[in-house]
Amino acid sequence: EPIEKEVNPHLLPGELLLCEASTVYKYVQEDGSNRGTYGKLVCTNFKISFLDDDSASDDNEPQFKNKIVGENDITLQCVDQIYGVYDEKKKLLTGQLRKYPEKLIIYCKDLRVFNFCLRYTKEEEVKRIVSGIVHHSQTPKLLKRLFLFSYASAAPNNTDGRNQTVMFETLEDWRDELERTKGNVKYKAVTTNEGYRSLEQIPCTEEFTYFSHLMNIFLQIWCWSCHNGAALLKMSTFPKEQDDSTSQMQKAFLDGIYKTISKPPYELLKMDDLSSSLPSLQDIQTAYTRFKQLFLIDNSTDFWATDVKWFSLLESTNWLEIIRRVLKKAIEVAECLEIQHTNVLLIEESATDLCCVISSLVQVMMDSYSRTKSGFQSLIQKEWVIGGHSFLDRCNHLHKSEKEEAPVFLLLLNCVWQLVQQYPPAFEFTETYLTVLSDSLYVPIFSTFFFNSQHQRDTNKVRVWYFVDAVGPFRFLTVWDWCVQFDPKALAFLNNPLYAEKPKPDRSQRKTARFKHQRQLSLPLTQAKPSTKRGFFREETDHLIKNILGKRIGKFINSSDEPPNSLREFYDSWHSKPVDYHGLLLPRIDGPEIKVWAQRYLRWIPEAQLHGGGTIATAAKILDLMEEVQSLQVKMDEEHSQAVSGDAHSVPMLRNSARLSSLFPFALLQRQSVKPALPTSTWKDLEDEDDLVKRDDEFVDLSGDML
Amino acid sequence: MASSSTSKYNSNSLENSSSKQNLKDGTNWEQNEEIPRLPGETRVTDKDVIYMCPFNGPVKGRVYITNYRLYLRSVENDPVVILNVPLGVISRIEKMGGASSRGENSYGLDITCKDMRNLRFALKQEGHSRRDIFEVLTKYAFPQSHSLPFFAFVNEEKFPENGWMVYNPMSEYRRQGLPNERWRVTFINEHYGLCDTYPSLLVVPYNATDDDLKKVAAFRSRNRIPVLSWIHPETQAVIMRCSQPLVGMSGKRNKDDERYLDIIREANGQISKLTIYDARPNVNAVANKATGGGYESEDAYPNAELSFLDIHNIHVMRESLKKLKDIVYPNVEESHWLSSLESTHWLEHIKLVLTGAIQVADKVSSGRSSVLVHCSDGWDRTAQLTSLAMLMLDSYYRTIEGFEVLVQKEWISFGHKFASRIGHGDKNHADTDRSPIFLQFIDCVWQMSKQFPTAFEFNEQFLITILDHLYSCRFGTFLYNSEFLREKEKVTDRTLSLWSLINSDKSKYTNAFYSKELNRALYPVASMRHLELWVNYYIRWNPRIRQQQPNPVEQRYLELLALRDDYIRRLEELQITNNSKISNSSASSTSPSQMVSQVQTHF
Repeated sequence: EPIEKEVNPHLLPGELLLCEASTVYKYVQEDGSNRGTYGKLVCTNFKISFLDDDSASDDNEPQFKNKIVGENDITLQCVDQIYGVYDEKKKLLTGQLRKYPEKLIIYCKDLRVFNFCLRYTKEEEVKRIVSGIVHHSQTPKLLKRLFLFSYASAAPNNTDGRNQTVMFETLEDWRDELERTKGNVKYKAVTTNEGYRSLEQIPCTEEFTYFSHLMNIFLQIWCWSCHNGAALLKMSTFPKEQDDSTSQMQKAFLDGIYKTISKPPYELLKMDDLSSSLPSLQDIQTAYTRFKQLFLIDNSTDFWATDVKWFSLLESTNWLEIIRRVLKKAIEVAECLEIQHTNVLLIEESATDLCCVISSLVQVMMDSYSRTKSGFQSLIQKEWVIGGHSFLDRCNHLHKSEKEEAPVFLLLLNCVWQLVQQYPPAFEFTETYLTVLSDSLYVPIFSTFFFNSQHQRDTNKVRVWYFVDAVGPFRFLTVWDWCVQFDPKALAFLNNPLYAEKPKPDRSQRKTARFKHQRQLSLPLTQAKPSTKRGFFREETDHLIKNILGKRIGKFINSSDEPPNSLREFYDSWHSKPVDYHGLLLPRIDGPEIKVWAQRYLRWIPEAQLHGGGTIATAAKILDLMEEVQSLQVKMDEEHSQAVSGDAHSVPMLRNSARLSSLFPFALLQRQSVKPALPTSTWKDLEDEDDLVKRDDEFVDLSGDML
Repeated sequence: MASSSTSKYNSNSLENSSSKQNLKDGTNWEQNEEIPRLPGETRVTDKDVIYMCPFNGPVKGRVYITNYRLYLRSVENDPVVILNVPLGVISRIEKMGGASSRGENSYGLDITCKDMRNLRFALKQEGHSRRDIFEVLTKYAFPQSHSLPFFAFVNEEKFPENGWMVYNPMSEYRRQGLPNERWRVTFINEHYGLCDTYPSLLVVPYNATDDDLKKVAAFRSRNRIPVLSWIHPETQAVIMRCSQPLVGMSGKRNKDDERYLDIIREANGQISKLTIYDARPNVNAVANKATGGGYESEDAYPNAELSFLDIHNIHVMRESLKKLKDIVYPNVEESHWLSSLESTHWLEHIKLVLTGAIQVADKVSSGRSSVLVHCSDGWDRTAQLTSLAMLMLDSYYRTIEGFEVLVQKEWISFGHKFASRIGHGDKNHADTDRSPIFLQFIDCVWQMSKQFPTAFEFNEQFLITILDHLYSCRFGTFLYNSEFLREKEKVTDRTLSLWSLINSDKSKYTNAFYSKELNRALYPVASMRHLELWVNYYIRWNPRIRQQQPNPVEQRYLELLALRDDYIRRLEELQITNNSKISNSSASSTSPSQMVSQVQTHF
């Protein structure tokens, strides 16, 4: 019996209610039964939200809660696909609808599945809500229609700006990074014109690193320098159509490279064209589409039916194999830098996809700073956000073109997760951190993942600036302000209790390094010299490129199948030694070592739940113990300062962790059934061993005994 | 025991100057000796060989053979390569290459082991060197085929704990609250007259007389009558185990058996049906009729509900493990790992066994119906199902000692044919009686402990140690097929128990994360999404695939525990001093601020 009740959605600043429907029945995904709850389904310019009529369940506040996106909220960007059910048949809903379905199934990009029954809803409301949801979440959108802008206009300047993450938005950040990695011996941070379009200040000296807020084109950019001075660089291949200015720019630039490597000291430079040595974006997209399908499960029958051939299904998606190849490539690059002391130049069409994956991974593996929370966030800023990864297109946030869509950033997070689970003490953050970071890709209140480039971000920032009637300096929120999404209690789950900080002396060193920097800031930048070789340049560079690419790439292409011995040696010798969690970290990449990121992919599937089990069981014990130790510490301090100890003998408050679900902190299934999950379809097929199958354990004719 | 564990021995054994060492396996090592030796272990021969290590290439070394082990130490490598292999793990010794073999290192021995590895040694072709070593190895690896005793009978080790005292059937049944008004202990099998593969002490329904039992025995394969394994403390539902009924082609019936099952059904005070789980696939159960076996028909047992659990026979399991070895040793299949793993079916078998056990446990704990489990003979699949169900239902079995009791009871005393399944000291490597049924059970336990990392008192090392000594023949625990035979050979008097080794050094086998929970059913999820290949066991010889030891998470936890204890201790000390201060200060009525400064200066 549906009860009409007035429930209002919680709206963010700038959020507008677009349409709603009442008496919608939301199924509990848990089992095949039709259990569920009635409520209101609303669609705003930010999210689709189901409001439970019976909101009394809010009593037990979960320990881990997202303040922006609730359990029954789906941001418009998080919607993956919407299906309508007509007479028991599922049909994909896109664009204009003629007939309205009786059931709505929403598949989310964070792998939640929502089932809404519209049978009890008024026809008018069904029409409005279904077309509203489909329109707002599935049809092409203008950038300025992103919720980001209305939110930013309505709630400007609400960030405290106190964030340890280096944003790499200023030259100083780059200089500091060069200093930190001691890359400043050879490289120099320079800026191009503030307009980001022209490149008048191309440095043609051997110190040629520059970061540019170029539209989408990066020529070469320094990523990171190894302790031995070898540098990791990335560069885009040249666009085929060139106007005059860009071709001149390229000439001058290549001249820089040419000079660097042809002048003494001769430095080795290995080029690796990632577009030929790694799977294409199309391959990655196809693999992930197949892979995620394995986790978008409608019901229990589905779960057990796919369980039978689980491993071959997993393998056929190719997703884990892609992860393995990417990790292997990162090991190759690390070997070049670490052992061969060779500069590595990663090349890719735009240098903003696989280049970002590989360069980030290499830094996570080689630079323990990238394994801290602020270090990792700075890395994402450097390589991805400022590095110009096209988040808008790759996530298809605007539904402009599916061709551009590819889960490149997710690929990185998946690879980092492999390292996190292989070396738990090496990371300051947890897998939960990576999971919520992956979820944040679809929360359009942060600018971080909603632009294609820094240039696009800045031009649009200016636009909003004019919108807002000059209410002080305007800033988009950055995802790194985690307190926007989580309260302190929940934030605790992002920090790894196993992480052992690097010994202190190093820290102070970094501080002094930063300090030193301030002085160097005043030094004038080397002025770019105009190239003197204009006329002959093309031939020369072609020759250079042919030479370098021909030789080096050939080697790298082969390496994807059978690694050269030096690589195997490097890998084996590293693995034969005890792990230094603050040193170089190499992922293990043999078959059994590459695993499915269970937390991200299985978290909404009740059948996969272990009551009181999973890695959370040990993690909770460690957290409890840490709390106890901390409270003891406090007590000690109290004892020191206070002689009256009397009644303060309370036992430290412990979390009741005995029966946490393995899906914690995500799916909070209160309705825990005591019944164990039982496979409904099991495998019995053993054709190839028929004769064995039919035999009995030991052949003894028992009937003989009876006579 | 492994070439991969080189450094561990190297660092603490070879370069250490103390005269006596305790090695990881409990062996004492006198300094003047070249190899570690157990008390009672004698050297037989030694020889220069080349160990064809599949991971590091040929290794020059010297191999020593004793009546217990094969020990190899490299002579040139740094770090030193060590092999330490109990002869009991050897399944097969083959000569490779002939006197005329040309290729480098092509002449020698190829040794197949039961613990997922092969060892290859190249020898010099001249002077019968191979014949000697082959004969010595064959003799001591297969003592049963050479009328020699197992090493367990000459082992003179001493342990502070006596593992034979761990299991006492009477006290285990008492722990379960038995006997009670519905269940009694019978001594009918005291001299193994009723059933020579059962233990002497059995628990049966109070309402069934010993005469009844004898009549039932006539209708059950090898006289293995339904007896109690476990009783639920609340529902009083029981897990019974037995062998198949001798139905045969003609569909024979036996009134006594039918009545006996009805007595069992009634004994829990419920009116529900008795659930019979036949572990076999339906077709196999039907096929068994041809040889006189079969299953309980609905006509004959109207108050019973029969289901088949589709677990395959010992031959299928043996082949599956063989395939698994092919993909993990010596090299791990790289690019098609998952489909290769799937094609071995090993984890699917694990899934089926676990699924069956979950059904048994669930029936007993929530279905409030008693359960009867059998397969054909009731010593392989039946033992797996009852013991796993008991592990799920009774948290006692998740302790170190409880698990030892479980193995002693459901496996050893109820006649799992360890001798036949493992082939202890028997040269007949192709014997079709061999099958990794117990390994599969331990794997299931490992899967459970992986899913519930805080629920078990024991750790992975405990399970691996059990498996190592399943083959080693150093202890009497797993020798022989039945309690009857063990008694005949006086195993408890003449050999040591594996539990002596383990219980004398419990901390090594203890899971730091264990939290004791009483009366909590623990249901693993038997889904391929959660089942994993036990890499640390099956692929442990491969140095490339090795988990970090010690486990860093556990290490951190132990550090924290130590820190906490330290705080508690210091806090107590502090409180004592403070309390004495309070009594002093209250006497002199000092103001609080003064007290504070007092305390602070004190520290």
